[in-house]
Amino acid sequence: MNISAILQSSQRAFPVGAPILELDSISLRFGGVKALTNISFNVLEHEVRAIIGPNGAGKSSMLNVINGVYVPQEGSITLRGERLAGMRPTDAARRGIARTFQNIALFKGMSVLDNIMAGRNLRMHAGFLEVALQLPRARREESESRAAVEEIIEFLEIEHIRKTPVARLPYGLQKRVELGRALAAEPNILLLDEPMAGMNIEEKQDMCRFILDVNDHYGTTIVLIEHDMGVVMDISDRVVVLDYGKKIGDGTPEEVRSDQNVIDAYLGVPH
Amino acid sequence: MAIEKVELDTFPQLLLHHSKQRGERPALREKKRGIWRTVTWRELAEETAALAAALAARGLQRGAHVAFVGDNRPRLYTAMCAAHWLGAVAVPFYQDATAEEMVSPVQSAEITHVFAENQEQVDKLLEILPRCPTVRCIIYDKDRGMRHYNRPELVSYDALLQQGRELAAKGGVSQAESARSAGQDAAFLFFTSGTTGPAKGVVLTHQSLIDRGRVAAAAENLTDNDVAMAYLPPGWIGQNLFGYVQPMVVGYCVCCPESSETMLADMREMGPTYFLATPRVLEALLTQVSMRMEDTGGFNQRLYQAGMAVAQRVGERTLGDRLISALCEILIYGPLRDVLGMSRVRVAFTAGDAIAPALVTFFRALGVNLKQLYGSTETGFFVAMQRDGQVKPDTVGPVADGVELKFTAQREILVRSAGMFKEYHRDPETTTQARNADGWFHTGDAGYLGDDGHLRIIDRMRYLGALKDGTVFSPRLLENRLKFAPYIREAVAFGDGRDMVCALIDIDMAAVGRWADKRSISYTGHADLASQEEVYGLIADWIAAVNAELAQEPALAKSQIHRFVILHGELSADDGVLTRTGKLRRGVIAERYRPLVDAMHQGGKEVRIDIEGGQADIRIGDAKVVAPAQIRSAA
Repeated sequence: MNISAILQSSQRAFPVGAPILELDSISLRFGGVKALTNISFNVLEHEVRAIIGPNGAGKSSMLNVINGVYVPQEGSITLRGERLAGMRPTDAARRGIARTFQNIALFKGMSVLDNIMAGRNLRMHAGFLEVALQLPRARREESESRAAVEEIIEFLEIEHIRKTPVARLPYGLQKRVELGRALAAEPNILLLDEPMAGMNIEEKQDMCRFILDVNDHYGTTIVLIEHDMGVVMDISDRVVVLDYGKKIGDGTPEEVRSDQNVIDAYLGVPH
Repeated sequence: MAIEKVELDTFPQLLLHHSKQRGERPALREKKRGIWRTVTWRELAEETAALAAALAARGLQRGAHVAFVGDNRPRLYTAMCAAHWLGAVAVPFYQDATAEEMVSPVQSAEITHVFAENQEQVDKLLEILPRCPTVRCIIYDKDRGMRHYNRPELVSYDALLQQGRELAAKGGVSQAESARSAGQDAAFLFFTSGTTGPAKGVVLTHQSLIDRGRVAAAAENLTDNDVAMAYLPPGWIGQNLFGYVQPMVVGYCVCCPESSETMLADMREMGPTYFLATPRVLEALLTQVSMRMEDTGGFNQRLYQAGMAVAQRVGERTLGDRLISALCEILIYGPLRDVLGMSRVRVAFTAGDAIAPALVTFFRALGVNLKQLYGSTETGFFVAMQRDGQVKPDTVGPVADGVELKFTAQREILVRSAGMFKEYHRDPETTTQARNADGWFHTGDAGYLGDDGHLRIIDRMRYLGALKDGTVFSPRLLENRLKFAPYIREAVAFGDGRDMVCALIDIDMAAVGRWADKRSISYTGHADLASQEEVYGLIADWIAAVNAELAQEPALAKSQIHRFVILHGELSADDGVLTRTGKLRRGVIAERYRPLVDAMHQGGKEVRIDIEGGQADIRIGDAKVVAPAQIRSAA
């Protein structure tokens, strides 16, 4: 079945709902450099939302703001109606925001299984002693987590590399493992920083399918950054376009595609 | 435990028998989400009955055809049991068949119900559905991605099973339904891979398959403690005999690996005792072992080479040899068998195609009891098989019990047995052509019985040719020797009607790639690697070695390979040059590569051919040949 047909169809298992995340007049400066200027947009529950823009447009900064890595000087972030001020990355994670990184940040020497298990960190509550002594709660949590991780391994079709150290895997698979680790936290919102960068066409197609499957199967809201326009237009519900830290477009892929400002930003304007 | 003398002659009867006899023993195992899960014989019978009830409610008729499209999964085999329970005929497909390839079998068998593994298979079926109006119901196992499909034909396995359990609780289909089948009813319809022309539908009955299964089980003393892996294409008769028929006969357990990529690791965990492999699988295993050995340090490598050399010297062993081989057993063979997952293998068979003697010797040297098996879909697979203690690498062993052999003047093998196919589906004409009134089936293979009573296969009748001077030329024999090198994945020899033998070589990208990496030879892809001078040198050296071997055998000395070309892309079933079981489609290959083959025989150094989007120059390599004078002195 055609991907966009699924996105458009009313049969979506998790229909797009009310805004889950709202960003209002965000401005971020590093000293005198304005990374983001007065940016506002929202993310609806269960949608696939893309942030695109040429290099240096502020896409990753935007993601880092949502994630709590950067605290903007101005503006507010509202998650499910609750205003978050001075949020740190761990707070973001506790509130169900998981992410992947542009330059893969996995534990290279650890196996795929252990890497994804690491993503269960916040879901496990047993203390150090409990784990060391293998007390009932620790054991129960361990096996529950393992079951959840195995489900993700099956979902991402990486059974054959379960026990392989991550460093030995090709780039495309490492990206998939990173997605797996983010999923292990059972996030409500998944932030993907250039999930398709540096991949060949086949790997990109696989990754697109997994992203859509995650959205469809778990109902996860997805915010992704990408500079490959083609990919974004195919899988996103709505797109925000940034250029030089400013928002220059926002809407469905069709609207954005025909927006003159966007075309100018991507193709250049005669001066 | 000995095999019980049960004369049940249909699969449902056997299933019920095992569920009573060994209800709590494992029938099927599957690795799912990292854990091996077991289906016992009792559970299998219960699920089968429920599924059959639901299938009957969905209009599955006695004698109708049910297609199975998917990988080896317990549910595929359970569904197969259910189809047989209702007296339907199972039609297993190759899971990687394209939608187009499925059209004609589905049409000709008038498939009414299909069991499809997942979305991928369902998509193929929905694509061809408009052309296949007989299909009424598609059952899918994995529901991933299936949420958006709302077509009346589709039903999930879970929903069907649920419905069946409810029906079964209310009485459902009685066990009497399962007893209505008779041994002479059709059980399977296999579409043979067809190295020439379109696939033929071969119908086999319950009785004939069970007969063959029993004969082989008795010869190998199979018991319900045996374990087999289900990993070969379910569309192939061999997989069905080892994964369905024989477990039904003996009551042993079949294990389904998590995926084809995890097969080796999963096999190591389960430790099968009864193993079926195609020559291609064994070649791949050997390539892997060789590649890993090349990666190890000098000491390990030398140890391995020395150990294998001792192992190959079977027969003429001195006391020293025996001591060394005992040491090697601990240091090399044992661990290697363990890595290959063959530590517990009691009986392994290779079948499906001719195999290089050296390949058999390699595995036997490791201590794996690998034996050859000869048979085809039409003859119920077990025609001749090597017996323990009398394995000769150049034969396929004595005939199996209940099989009669006869040879035509042209040495074609004729077979008659109780395991013979019933007919070609809806093709009485071809059936009578292939099998005469007395029940002798023309196999199309040339061979002869030696004085020792062992059958020796020469080649397919239609591949046998002659060089210009009249010397008999058997391409497969040469190709198998070429393919023994880890660097050669596939080879095609041409010589019929020519004055010398030339070959197309398809390199094993992984093995040659690694070889090149070690020598710092840079390349961009398959085509680039295949045209490197060093790679030509590598292949030429190997061919020269094969030629030296051939020169030792008077009958083959003239078949030495003079020239070769390395292909720029791999031969693949998707391009129609191989069958789904990986056999060469010689006609197609000869046609497609005609300019290359002609150029080789005409003696050019290079040939320009048209490829997608332009032209390419392909080098022609020359291999060292042992000259005729030397041959005579050697002989």
